Parts: sequence; C-alpha cells; structure tokens
Amino acid sequence: MKRLESNLTNMLLSLTLVTLAAAALLGGLYVMTKEPIDLQKKQKQEAAITSVLPAVEGMTIAEPEQVDGLTLHKAYKDGEWIATAVETEENGFGGKFKVMIGFDKSGNVVNYEVLEHQETPGLGDKMTFWFKNADKQGQNILGSNPATRQFVVSKDGGEVDAITAATISSRAFLKAVNHAYNTIAAAPVEAATGASQQVKTDTIACDTLVVEP
Amino acid sequence: MSKAFNTFTNGLVRENPTFGLVLGMCPTLATTTSAVNGMSMGLATMFVLVCSNVVISLLRNLIPDKVHIPAYIVVIASFVTMVQLLMQAYVPAIYETLGLFIPLIVVNCIVLGRAEAFAAKNNVGLSLLDGLGMGLGFTISLTVLGAVRELLGTGSFFGMTVYPDNYGMLIFVLAPGAFIALAFLMALVNKLRR
Repeated sequence: MKRLESNLTNMLLSLTLVTLAAAALLGGLYVMTKEPIDLQKKQKQEAAITSVLPAVEGMTIAEPEQVDGLTLHKAYKDGEWIATAVETEENGFGGKFKVMIGFDKSGNVVNYEVLEHQETPGLGDKMTFWFKNADKQGQNILGSNPATRQFVVSKDGGEVDAITAATISSRAFLKAVNHAYNTIAAAPVEAATGASQQVKTDTIACDTLVVEP
Repeated sequence: MSKAFNTFTNGLVRENPTFGLVLGMCPTLATTTSAVNGMSMGLATMFVLVCSNVVISLLRNLIPDKVHIPAYIVVIASFVTMVQLLMQAYVPAIYETLGLFIPLIVVNCIVLGRAEAFAAKNNVGLSLLDGLGMGLGFTISLTVLGAVRELLGTGSFFGMTVYPDNYGMLIFVLAPGAFIALAFLMALVNKLRR
C-alpha cells in the first residue's frame, strides 16, 4: 500500500483519528488506575500518620484539619487529645519537600516521616533518617522539644547537628519542624471538641471588651 | 531470518543507544544513581519503544508525510502516559524514584529517533525486533552505568552492601560522577569493540 498523499483531507483525518484513539485509550486507563492510585496515596499517608504518633492502643484519629496551611491529624484516646501528626511543606535544596511530624501532648517530637522530597541523593536525602538516629544525640530530634531545645543547626548557633555537607537541607528541615510546632502550640487543643472551644474563647474575649469601657 | 537477527542485535551492540548512538543522555545521566533505578528507567523506555515502534509501523502508510511528526509524538506521548499511570498505580516505589523522568521519555531521542529512522520504513515484525533490541541495549547500558555508580558511590550492588558506604566516593552518585562514569564506560566499550 502506498503512503497517503499529504492533502488537507488526509492530514486532518489522520491526525483527528490518531488523537481521538489516544484520548479514548488514555481516558479509559485513567479511570481504571484512578482507584489503585488513590488507594496507594491514602495508604501511604495513613502509614505515615501511625508511624509518627505514639503507639497507643485504642487511639482514634480525627478528620484532618487545615490550620495555617498545614494539615493536622489529631489523635484522641477516650475523648482526650494525646498527640498530633502535622503534615508540612517546606522549600528544601532541590524544591519543595513534605514531611509528617508527630508531636505528643507535651510538644515533644515522637517521630517524623519524609513523604516527598527532591533533595540531592547521598546528601540532602539523608534527612529521611538523619534526625532520628538514636545513637547520635547531637542530631537526634526525637523526644525533644523545640521549646526547650533550639531546633537550629549548630552552625547557626543552634543545638542540632546538620547533615554532613547538606546544611541547606538541614536548615529547611528544622524550619519545617519549628513551623509545625509553632502552629500546634499557637492553637492548643485539649478536649475532643477543639472547634467549640475555639468559639468559647472568642466569646470571652468579646465579653471582656464589652465590660471594660 | 538473518535480517531479523541483525535488526535485533543492532541495538544491543553496534548501535547501542547509549554507547553507540549516544542518544537519550538526559535520562541516562540523571536516573542511573543506582542499578535498580537505571534498570527501571531502561525497562520503562523499552516498553514505550516497543509499543510505539509497532503502532507507528502499523500506521506508517496511513499518516501523510507532512503531519507524521505530530502524529508520532501523540502515539509516543500516549504510551508514556500509560506507563506513568500504570507505574503510579502498581509500583509506586519505583515511580517515586524515577518521578520526573517518566514523562520525559516522550522527548527521549531514542524513541522518536527509532520511529523516524526505522518503524516508519519497515514492517511490524522488524519494528518490534528493533524496539526490543534498542530497548534492551538501553536497559543494559543504564543498568551497567547505574551499577558502577552505585558500587563506587555507596558501596552496594543492587542494594546489597559490598563495603561500608563511608568509604564510597559520593561524587559518583552526584551529577559529575555520572559524566565521569559514562566517559570511562564509553571508552571501555569503544576499546572492546575494536
């Protein structure tokens, strides 16, 4: 068979057919893979939440909340708040990275999990385990608290050892931890009904304002 | 028969995409930080190469000359998107490491190069063999390059520790190491081929 001539009708027809077929195929495949892809993402997030929270039996995790651009996953036991997993985003050395950090009631870091990152392999990507090395207290942030210990790299006068040859990634990581800590410290939640408590404090502030003059 | 065999081995040795044609350098240098990553990238490219070669060879007489490039790109891009969706759904770990480079297979010179130079002129059987040969050649060279960089850089081989990674030369995992390793391997392949 001879190749089709390059006239307008042929060109239009062939390109239309090729693109239509491609679109139909991809649409179908997208629908097919949507479910497993969403499932993977959800599983990954759930695994990260449980791994950064303290291992307590009978713990329930509340629906995620958005506070100050961060996603908070609060954990309750018998209606009492015990810990929060914070999902935060920060600019690293190679672009944005996402990290999930768990804080217990007193604000100590329980654990963290880097969800996504584009840091340099062999240098900055060590952040996935560097700050939870129990053998080296200088770089370990687990069990300590940004309120009592300066979460700044030692090069900048802080108390945490940076990743060797990846100071920028380390700074960004600690910034993310501090940001997460400050966010939950600014909006403390004691009981299971965090939202109504927030409303209550607002009313009190209002009352005072009325009384004062 | 011998033509089919020649077509297949052409991509493996004589016109090996990496060491012979020196095509597709971007993914070659960027994704070969470890043997497994190199191999996964090679296999993903091979899948796209085989599929696009077959389809383009089937369509070669139905697509007028003046619009053949856009038509080929649509075919290639569709297969790449398919690979991307499938990897994301079923092998998320590999998808995460390769990340950005999967969509970039679309503009990999090898894929369009083979479509233009081979599939558009030959029948389906030969195009399939050409895709397989080229894809396998690309996979092998990426795996070798990845293995060398992983061994020198982190002291492991396919993830198994050979020597403690404190003694590894970090530069081989980084971009400059990719160029150095590629240059030495290419020199070696050229020497052996003589």
